[in-house]
Formats: sequence, structure tokens, C-alpha cells
Amino acid sequence: MCKDCGCSITPHTHDSETHVHEHTHNEHANPQLNDAKTIAVITKILDVNDKQAEHNREHFTSHGVLAINLMSSPGSGKTALLEATIDHGGLKLGVIEGDLETNQDADRILAKGAPAYQISTGQACHLDAHMVHEGLHHMPIEGLDVVFVENVGNLVCPASYDVGTHLNVVLLSVPEGDDKPAKYPVMFRAADVLLITKCDLLPYFDFNIEKAIQETRKLNPKVDIIQIDSKSGKGIEQWVAYLRMKKSLR
Amino acid sequence: MHEFSIVQSLLDLCEKNAKEHNATKITKVEVKIGKLSGVEPYLLETAFNTFKEKTLCESADFVMHLQDLVVRCKNCGYERVLEQNIFICPTCECGLEVLDGEDMFLMRLEME
Repeated sequence: MCKDCGCSITPHTHDSETHVHEHTHNEHANPQLNDAKTIAVITKILDVNDKQAEHNREHFTSHGVLAINLMSSPGSGKTALLEATIDHGGLKLGVIEGDLETNQDADRILAKGAPAYQISTGQACHLDAHMVHEGLHHMPIEGLDVVFVENVGNLVCPASYDVGTHLNVVLLSVPEGDDKPAKYPVMFRAADVLLITKCDLLPYFDFNIEKAIQETRKLNPKVDIIQIDSKSGKGIEQWVAYLRMKKSLR
Repeated sequence: MHEFSIVQSLLDLCEKNAKEHNATKITKVEVKIGKLSGVEPYLLETAFNTFKEKTLCESADFVMHLQDLVVRCKNCGYERVLEQNIFICPTCECGLEVLDGEDMFLMRLEME
């Protein structure tokens, strides 16, 4: 270890006659380590995203709006859930949609009479806090109760990004299989709420609902779970009651 | 494949730190990657070595420390490295709190 700066990384040689020391000391540039060559940073790699996420969250909070990040694999019923939630009535929703291509999801929400803005991510497999911030510039949130950020359909990448919402809601549809929580632990650990969707299909698939719940709770003991079917309306009442309760606390 | 986006954030963070220290070149980048951070270490390294070209990190070595999942039970004080993804205390069946292993950090930079 170097006596001058305390670091143990930079290779250098000490000699009693000629003290050769390869560090370039610059106390003004780096007063903590006295070493311009090796610096301890210890910063989250996604620090800039996380700061933007905090800004987004403050924006939602200051307007009394509950913000929800909706995540799942493609085709698990995120947009259908939002349509059913709008149809139920009683809550004013806005939706920021994320997809690689097309405006189809935003168009479905707009057709139901709710404000929506589509973010086309191109090749990006997830939304980040900056994209959501950009979306917020196109969608005034005054007077809304809940804003949903419908993330890109993907059980991996979106889990690593805080987009600045208050809650993560993860969908698992019956046709996907009950093994998904164990296979995608990071995503199912990130969930505040798990919605098991397309529940009316349970008689037609080998989906063990007890196993799905048990596997999710092993990963995430605090998660709330609602069984839902957006087509038949099963569980929608409970879901909307949950949203109302959470909104009332904002 | 969000490893490419993460590397872009990492390179930005490296350049920001290099500028703050008036460095013209970064020679080593050390990161700590949690085993349950959601990134694949091999892909992260490949992405770093692809995207570092024409940045201050062009000749930088990439050193990755894989961080085990360290958990603690608030109720009974049980603390250990978790081998299986079961976040329930085997002693008192409470939920386990994660102390380390879910995040990605830039730890140290070597620069000239």
C-alpha cells in the first residue's frame, strides 16, 4: 500500500535511495485521495437515470397523480388491462406508451377517450427515465388520477430502470406459464403488485396458480397479488379499488 | 440487451469523472455488478469493449467484480450470502432484506 495516498491499486516502486513514485499527485484536483491517477468513484452506473427518475416522481407527486410502471412480456394484456380500467370508469387515466414500433397501443387508449402519448423506442428494449420525461412534456397531467407508463413488453431489461413512477405493477398471463417468476427473478422482485391476467383461460392451460403465487412470494414476500381477466371483467373491481386506495394516499 | 444502454451510461460517467480530474485518458475501469442486478456480465464486458472506441476509455482495462447477494433478516439478525433466490428467512420466515448484490456500481477509475 502506498503511504502517500493509501491506495493499493496503481503499480509503483519504492526505493530507499531514489523514491520513484509513479502517481501524479494533485491535491487540488482530488483532495480526498491525493492521487490524480486512481480515484474511488462508487456511483451507481445508472445514477443519471435515477436522478431523472426522482425528478419525474416529484412531478407526479406535486400534481397529486399516482404513477404506475406497467411491465410484462409482450402479449400478456397490458393494453387490454388499461382499456378495461378506463371502461370501468371512476378514475381519470393517462397513459405513456412504450413500444419499439407503431402507435397502435396509444391509438387504443385514445379511442377509449383517455389521453395517451406513444414513445417509439426504435431498437431499445426498455423505457428509461429520460424517455418518460420527454413523454410527460407531451401529456399534461393536471386533473388526472393515475398515469400509467406502459413499458416495452420484456421481462428482462425494464426491471433495471427506475422510470420515476410510484409503483411497479407486473403482469403474468396464464398462457405464459407458471414458471416465469422463477425464470425472471429480477422482474418479479421489482413488482409491488403482481396481476395474474387472462385468468378465464385457467381451465385450458397447465398453469398452476398456487405454484405461480408461491414462486413469486419466495422471491418477493411483500408483493400484492390480484387475479384478473380484462375480457370478462373478473378482478377489475378489486384492481380499481386498489388504484383508488393508492391514489387517495397521494 | 440493455447492456449496451448501461455501458453508454457507464462511459458517460467515466468521461464526467475524467473531466473533473483533468485527465486525458482512462486506463482502468472497475465496476461492481450485483448477481441479481439484471445484467449479463459477459455481455456487459463485450458491450464495454465495443463502445469504448473513440472515447477516453479507448485503452482502458475493464475489471468486473461480481457481487454475491447478501441478505439480512431484520427480525432475527440472520445474515448470509443467498445461494438460491428464496428471500424468506429460514429461521423465522420473515422477508429478507437485501444488503448487496442488486445494483451496478462504478467503483474506481485509473486515469492519466
